[in-house]
Order: sequence, then structure tokens, then C-alpha cells
Amino acid sequence: MALTLIVLLPFLGALLPGLMIRAGRNSCALATGSVTLAALVLLLAQAPAVFSGEVIHARAEWLPSLGLNANFFLDGLGFLFAGLILGIGLLIIIYARFYLSKKDPMGQFYSYLLLFQGAMVGIVLCDNILLLLIFWELTSLSSFLLIGYWKHLPEGRQGARMALTVTGMGGLAMIAGMLILGEIVGSYDLSVILENKELIQSSDWYVPALLLILAGCFTKSAQFPFHFWLPHAMAAPTPVSAYLHSATMVKAGIFLMARLWPVLAGTDWWFYIVASTGLFTMVMAAWIALFKDDLKGLLAFSTVSHLALVTFLFGLGTPMAAVAGVFHIINHAAFKAALFMSAGIIDHETGTRDIKKLGGLMTLMPITMTIATLGALSMAGVPLLNGFLTKEMMLHEALQTDYAGIPGILGLLAVIGAIFSVAYSFRYIAHVFLGAPRNDYPQTPHDPPFGLYLPPLVLMIPVVLIGLFPAAIAGPLVATAAGAVIGGPLPDYHLAIWHGFNLTLVASLVALAAGAALLWHHVRANDFRLSFRRPEAKAMFESVLDTAAGAARLVTDGLHNGSMRRYVDVMIGAVFLAGVTAFFATSHGPGSRALTPVPPITLLGWAVLIGACVSIVLLHRQRLLTLVIVGVIGVLVSLSFIYLSAPDLALTQISVEVVTVMLLLLALNFLPKETPKESGSLRRGRDGLLASLGGLGVGMLIYAVMTRDFTTISDFHLAQSKPGGGGTNVVNVILVDFRGFDTFGEIIVLGIAALSIFALLDGALKGPAIKRLQSWVPDQERSRDRHPMMLVVATRVMLPLSLLVGVYIFLRGHNDPGGGFIAGLVVAIAFLMQYMASGFGWAEQRMKIDYHLMIGIGVLAAGFTGVGAWIAGRPFLTSDFTYVTLPIFGKFEVATAMAFDVGVFLTVVGSVMMALASLSRLARVTEAPVNSEPMDVDPTQASSNTNRGTS
Amino acid sequence: MELLVASAVGAMTAAGLYLVLRARTFPVIVGVAMLSYAVNVFLFASGRLAIDLPPVISDTATGYSDPLPQALVLTAIVISFGMTAVIVVLALRAYLESGTDAIDTPAGESESGQPPSIAPTAASARKSDQTEGGQ
Repeated sequence: MALTLIVLLPFLGALLPGLMIRAGRNSCALATGSVTLAALVLLLAQAPAVFSGEVIHARAEWLPSLGLNANFFLDGLGFLFAGLILGIGLLIIIYARFYLSKKDPMGQFYSYLLLFQGAMVGIVLCDNILLLLIFWELTSLSSFLLIGYWKHLPEGRQGARMALTVTGMGGLAMIAGMLILGEIVGSYDLSVILENKELIQSSDWYVPALLLILAGCFTKSAQFPFHFWLPHAMAAPTPVSAYLHSATMVKAGIFLMARLWPVLAGTDWWFYIVASTGLFTMVMAAWIALFKDDLKGLLAFSTVSHLALVTFLFGLGTPMAAVAGVFHIINHAAFKAALFMSAGIIDHETGTRDIKKLGGLMTLMPITMTIATLGALSMAGVPLLNGFLTKEMMLHEALQTDYAGIPGILGLLAVIGAIFSVAYSFRYIAHVFLGAPRNDYPQTPHDPPFGLYLPPLVLMIPVVLIGLFPAAIAGPLVATAAGAVIGGPLPDYHLAIWHGFNLTLVASLVALAAGAALLWHHVRANDFRLSFRRPEAKAMFESVLDTAAGAARLVTDGLHNGSMRRYVDVMIGAVFLAGVTAFFATSHGPGSRALTPVPPITLLGWAVLIGACVSIVLLHRQRLLTLVIVGVIGVLVSLSFIYLSAPDLALTQISVEVVTVMLLLLALNFLPKETPKESGSLRRGRDGLLASLGGLGVGMLIYAVMTRDFTTISDFHLAQSKPGGGGTNVVNVILVDFRGFDTFGEIIVLGIAALSIFALLDGALKGPAIKRLQSWVPDQERSRDRHPMMLVVATRVMLPLSLLVGVYIFLRGHNDPGGGFIAGLVVAIAFLMQYMASGFGWAEQRMKIDYHLMIGIGVLAAGFTGVGAWIAGRPFLTSDFTYVTLPIFGKFEVATAMAFDVGVFLTVVGSVMMALASLSRLARVTEAPVNSEPMDVDPTQASSNTNRGTS
Repeated sequence: MELLVASAVGAMTAAGLYLVLRARTFPVIVGVAMLSYAVNVFLFASGRLAIDLPPVISDTATGYSDPLPQALVLTAIVISFGMTAVIVVLALRAYLESGTDAIDTPAGESESGQPPSIAPTAASARKSDQTEGGQ
């Protein structure tokens, strides 16, 4: 449980900084620090168990069907990494408090930092590779936010994007690799995978899995050829660089190589890929670092080089090399974090991190000088500091190993890498601090406030102490962590400064001397470097991206050319082809079910319907006429519903018909009234053919369906409607009871549709749309008597009647055709009639209903009715009913479904009215006269012929 | 009767498809509405045709038509109304923003000409008419 809490704490804590920033920067930093400290204390509490060799597990099932479980485990390796992440994280939090300027949003920074921290801790503690992938991607995302923290800097944004692209792509490859690994073993639990070395290495899928996983590790840990993102990520604030590039982000790839070392390492594939990549990257990055004038750039490439050193050690595949690798992880984290922080201090205090503008800071910034010098000497591998120990171990391993049968070649390259490493480390000291003080620093340099140099100073403690007493200080931790990596007995080794005068020591001394000499000839070496053409990684990366984007655009533009007609063609064609395929793939022909008779009156209806379909195609350019024909078709469809025993459908269809035609009419007010003739006869012929074939197919299909017998599940609904649902109208009972959840979803959709209409038309009240509306001229002759008296009087008389009909239809709905939908539509139509008769202005003054609220109440009423069933201990939307006897009215039924239907009713009325009200707002801005009187002609003042419409 | 319903569904589908393939928003919307009719009747008919057998429980009924497709279609009718309303407003907004109701993006440009009804001279002319009429 404690383990899960360690992982969760940073995530939960990420909410704090955003809130605490209101209480000031100190409180914000304090809150963030407390979160990390709490996690660190929890972790350290596990130390005794971990050091005694115990592995602590915490298990929780998450999605067991996918093999994805929230399992965590803590062994030596996890403990080491979690300790680095949280410990250095704490120092970074202190450092950032003093580093960030008042203008930087600190709450955001700490939130991102904690998110990132949580993701990192998740990676190193999780015991499920699927979960690990999730955390892995989370580090990519949260580091994107951190690197791009200074949003105003283009370099920051570009660097963040590059880091995300490269590590994200690697992450995708790794997902594939991990899935293969899990499939080989048959479990996604890391602790199970780690016990199946033979199974994995003998599998045919070992090499693909290895390559894919290494792609993830190498991108994350910035190994060649993916190293280029790391220097560009230096655009981040220094605390971020110090954190991401010393202890965390880039170490994630290293961690994973260490974690999977027991099952992946030891093969030729592993050795040649990992060791070669590591060694090459180490030498190359060290060479580039030597010539970087930007302090952080130098450190960035040195980080790449040191990560490569660890990669190389793991790549060798021997237990001893793995011990050295683990040890170097600790050492590098300590001195590199301190060096980044000191670079940040120099930048902060002098106003530049350009080495060419620096020098002579020794007397001006003595504290900073001490810290940076210790760190740099350790990085160079000078004896008595921790970096020396692991550099020795690395050289020793390299000198002992043959490469492709050639002895010594690895050792030689390792020494060359060490020479460059010494040279750039010395350069960090010599070109920044030594020499005479200059008088042209951008700012007057002086040592920083305590809070800025405390964190790197703290890091110097392990650098020196481990350097002096390696076995006593770091011995147990290295042994525990390396034991976890190796997964077997540790090799025989002892951590010490003095191993006797041997080849390794000679190599080490040669490296120190040659490195110093190389720095002495730095200018000449630089000229030598500049005489070659150097590949520019960023330009290459961008050209690759541009090519990929260009290819994607080509495909998209080819398929998606902006012609909707083409897409519709493709869709209809595809459906048609699918139908044709199905048609010829199986037997077909009409079924044998007895046909229903055809009375003459239905034949007449049919003829009218077919005629309407033909005329709508022929006359569709005249849009008003089209609407009339649509109305005819709607009425005929309603009539056929009545005839074919579906009274509810008929009622719904006819009321929807009225509302639809009204809305289309209102919209048509602002649209052209005629469709221009654009398509050529070829196009029309083709469309006609496609449409006819489609219609023929659908017609034949439904004919084949209707002429076959079938078994229905409706018998249940028919039988249970009365005893179970308490209503005799089965369709209504299905809607509000059996399938109530569907209906609930449907009214939500309807509400959303109405809100979309509101949003769409609300947005039309600005931009080019409003200009068009304001200069609107009706393109048709308008009636002089816009609100005729007869219509006004008739609708007024009909309003209470219509409302009564609505209530009646609503109340009878459960037992007879009717219900919430139909009642809602009827009531909405009754209101719409008032709008039509007396105009928007007049009606709006009297309709003081907030339709947003009405929709909301409707959905909530339906929802709460459903929730009410929970109180009775039944599933959502289970209905209940009872019979109540009242003195005068007699016995009648009360069902919870009625409350649900009220919700449906309110939503329908609200949605329809909202659509109308939104359209009416548009009409208002067209400068049409807004009336406040019910009619244009006031009959009480019959003597005057004045038009009372006011504009 | 089955043949009549089937051919009606076919005819409505064909008309709907043809209109959906037109180049302006309004016919497309009407086409979608036509397709909705066709689909609704199609779904309804999949419960087979029955005459004078409404699915309302009573002691005197000799049988019932299938209520399930009816309930589905009732929902579908209301949803198609919602959809039609949204797309017609979408078309309206697009027309007001861009001045055209063509559904295809013209090659190379996003805006074609102004709608014919927005001529500033006509607008001012109408305004003066109105003030005269109002007095």
C-alpha cells in the first residue's frame, strides 16, 4: 500500500501548487516540497527491508482482462531510482523557488514538475509492463510541458516539440516491443517476465522485441542517432534541465535497460547493438561537448556521453559491467545535477551562459566556483571524487573485452572518449572561472542567495564522500541495486580508490594528461573540427518531419479534396457495392409469408407518395415547393403508420413534421429560395443511376424481409407491459420503462442538438455573419399585414385547447397512444403558433421561460427518476407503480415512469423552443420591424388606417 | 401491401440519395430528411406489416403488431428531427459566414462571391421605403 501511495502522492500533490500559489511563492514551493518529502520519507521507510534483500509488492487489479494491473514492486534498483528521483526532485524544488523569476507562473511549474515526478516514480516502481508504458508516455507528455515551460521562447517550444516527437516515437516502438515480450512470456507482470530468460531468448520474436524496446530506450536516453533532441531541450529553465537530464527523464531508458537486463542481455544481438551504440555515442558526444560554447550545451552533450557510458556498460552484458553501470548512475546523477544547477547560477548572476563571454569568475563567485569545480573534476574522473571510481571501472571493463574477436579496440575507444571527457570537464573550469576577471559581463557577477547554492552544495556531499570512502558510503546501495539488475549472485568486486598500479590506472592517467593537453590546444582542435562538414541534426530532423508531413498532406489532399459530393459518392458507392456483394453471395428472392391485402385507398396513397418522390426530384430547385412536397410525404408516412397499426408513430411523425417544416421555413428565410442549375446532364445522369440503384436495392431488401416469417422478442414486452410496466400502451412502456435508458440517452442528444443550434446561431451574431444580416434585404415580397387578425384570434383561441390536448396526450400516454414526446411536440407547436401569428417580439415578451433551464430540468428530472430506483435498491431506471383511489376521480395509477415522461416532455418542449428562439434572434438583427402589439392592425382603432408596426 | 411499402421505401431512398448528391446545402438537407423517412419506414416494416392490431393491450384484441420496432422508430423520428434541425442551422450559419451555400470547397479559394441579396444600395433603398411607410 505504501508503494502505491509513493507513486500516487506526486500525482495527487500536483493539484496543490496551483492552489497554493495564491498564498504566495514560498507557500507554493513549500507545499510542493512537502509532497515530495512525504513520498521520499515513505520510500526511505522501506529501506531496511530493501537492504535485507526483500522485494516488496503491492497489487491491485485494474483491468485484469487485459492483463493490466496496478501492481508495484520495490527492489534495490527501484529503490535506487525512486530515491534519486525524489531526492534530487526535492533539491530541484528548492532551487527552482529561487531560480524562477516573479514573472514565471510558478504554480504551473510545480504542477508539471510533480506530474513528471509521479510518472517517473511510476516507471521505476511498477510491476506491470503495460502500466509501465502508461507512465512512460506520461513522462514524455509531462516533460513536453516542462521543456516548453517558457512558452514565449520559440526555442523552448521547438525543443519541447522535438523531445516529444522523438521520445514519443520511441515510446510507440516500445509499446510494440513490450506487447511482444508479454506475449512471449504469457504475462505482463514484470516479476514474471524477469524469471523467463531462456523462454525469451530462445523465442523467434526475441530480436524484434529487443529492437523495438531498445528504440524506446535509446530515444529516451538520447543515444545515437536519437541524441539530437537532448541539447535542444536545453531551452527549458535550468531546474528542468537539471532534473530531466541528471536523474530522471533520460535515465528512464537506462533504467529500462537495467530492469530488463536479466532477460534481454547476454546475447550477441544485445552486445553488438547496445555496446556499440553506447561506445560510439560516448565518444561522439564527448567530442561535440568539447566545442560547445553554451554552458548548458556543453553539459547536454556531456550528459549524452555519460548516458552512453552507462549504456555501453550494460551492453557489455557482464555482471561486473552491470555493477559499474549502476554505480555510475548514482555518481552521474549527483555531479551532473550539481553542474546544471551551477550553470544556472552562472547564467542567473552574470546574465550569460556563453563560455566566450565568461572567465575569471573565481574570485567573483567563490562558492559557485567551488561547487562547479568539484563537480567538473568528478565528471573528468579525477581521483578522490566519485566520478573517478566508475570511470576506472568502465575503462577496466572496456580493456578486458574483445570486440568481434579484436582485443583492445573497445579499450582504445573508451580511452579516447575519456580524453574528450576530461578536456570538456576542464574547460568548464578553466574557461569559466580561471583567468583574469573581465569587465564586460552582462551583469555584475556575485555569489547567489543561499537557496540557489544550497541544493548543488548538498549534492557535493555524496560526490566527495563516495569519492573518499566508496565502499562505506555507496557499497550497500550499489550492491542492492546491482543485485536487482543482475538477478543472481553478485560478482566478486570491491569498491576502492586504489587497485594497485595496473593498465587501467595508466589509461586513466593518460586520459587526464591527454585531456588537459587537448584543452591547451583547444583553438587548434576547434579549427580542425571546423575543417569538416558537420551534419546538422536539427535541420535533418526538420527535413524528415517536413517530408513526412508533406507525404501525409499529399495523401490527405488526394483523398480529401474539399468536395463533399465526392465523399458522398464514395460512401454511397461503397454501401452499394457491399450490398451487391452480399446479394450475390447468398440466395435471395421473395419469401413465402402471406401478403397483406391492398385496399384501393392505400393504392391511392401509394400513388401520391411515388408522385411526390418523383416531383421532389424534378422540382427540388424551387425550395419552397420542395418543402410543400416534404410535408406531403410526411403526412403520407404518418397515414401509413396509422393504417399499419402504429398510432404512436403516426402521432409522433405528424407533429415532428409540423415542427420540421416550420424550422426549415424559418431557416429558408435567410437562404436563397432557388437552387442554381449547376450539374451537367452527365453528372445528373450518374447521380440518378446511383440513386435509382440504391433505392432499388433498399426496396428489394425490405421486400425480402417483409415476406419472410420471423421470431420476435417482443412477446416478452407484450406479456410484461401491464403486469411489469403498469401500462397497456406497449410502445410507451418500452420507451419509458423497458428501454428507458435509450430514451434517457435520446433526450440528452436532443438537448445537445438544441444547445448546438443555440451556439451556432449565437456565434452568427458576430463576424461576417452579422454584417450580412444587418444589411439583409428580403428577396421576396413581404406581406403588408404580417400579423393578420384572423390568425391571431384563431391561435389565441386554440392555445388553451392545444395545451389541454398536450396534457391529455401526455396523461393517457402510458395506456393509450401518446406520451411525453408527442405531448412535448404538441405543446411546442401550440407556442410556435403564437410566434407565427403575432411575431417574435410580442411572443417573446410573454414567454418568460429560460429554455436552457428547461432542457436541463427535463434531463435531470428523467435522470433523478432513474436514480430514484437506486434508493429502492433496484437498478437504474427500474420503474414502479401503484394504484391510488381518490374520492371523486376514482382509482387511477401512479407510476414513476410518469415522472420520467415529464422529463422527456420538458426536454422536447425546451429543445424545440430553443431552436426557434435562436432563429428568431437572427431575424431581429435583420432590422425587420420588431412588433410589440399582437397584430399590425388594431381593430379598436378601426377609424385610422395606420400601420402600427414600429421599427 | 408489402410491395407497395417496399416500392415506397425504394422511391424515398432514391429521391433522398439523389438530393443528397446535389451541390447546395438545402437540397442535401431535404435529401437527408427523405432518407430519414425511408429508414424509419424500413425499420418499422422490419416488424412486418399488421393491420388493425395496434400494440395496446386490451381484452378484445385478436393480436398485436410488433411493438419493439415501433418504439425504436419513435426514437428515430425524434432524433432525425434533432439532426435535421442541427444541419439546417449549420447550413444557415455557413451561408451567413461565407456567403455561399455550395457544399464543396471551391478549388483554390474558400470564398466565392457575395449572395445576391446583399447589395448595399438595395438595403438603403428599403430603409427609406420603410420609414415612409411607418409615418
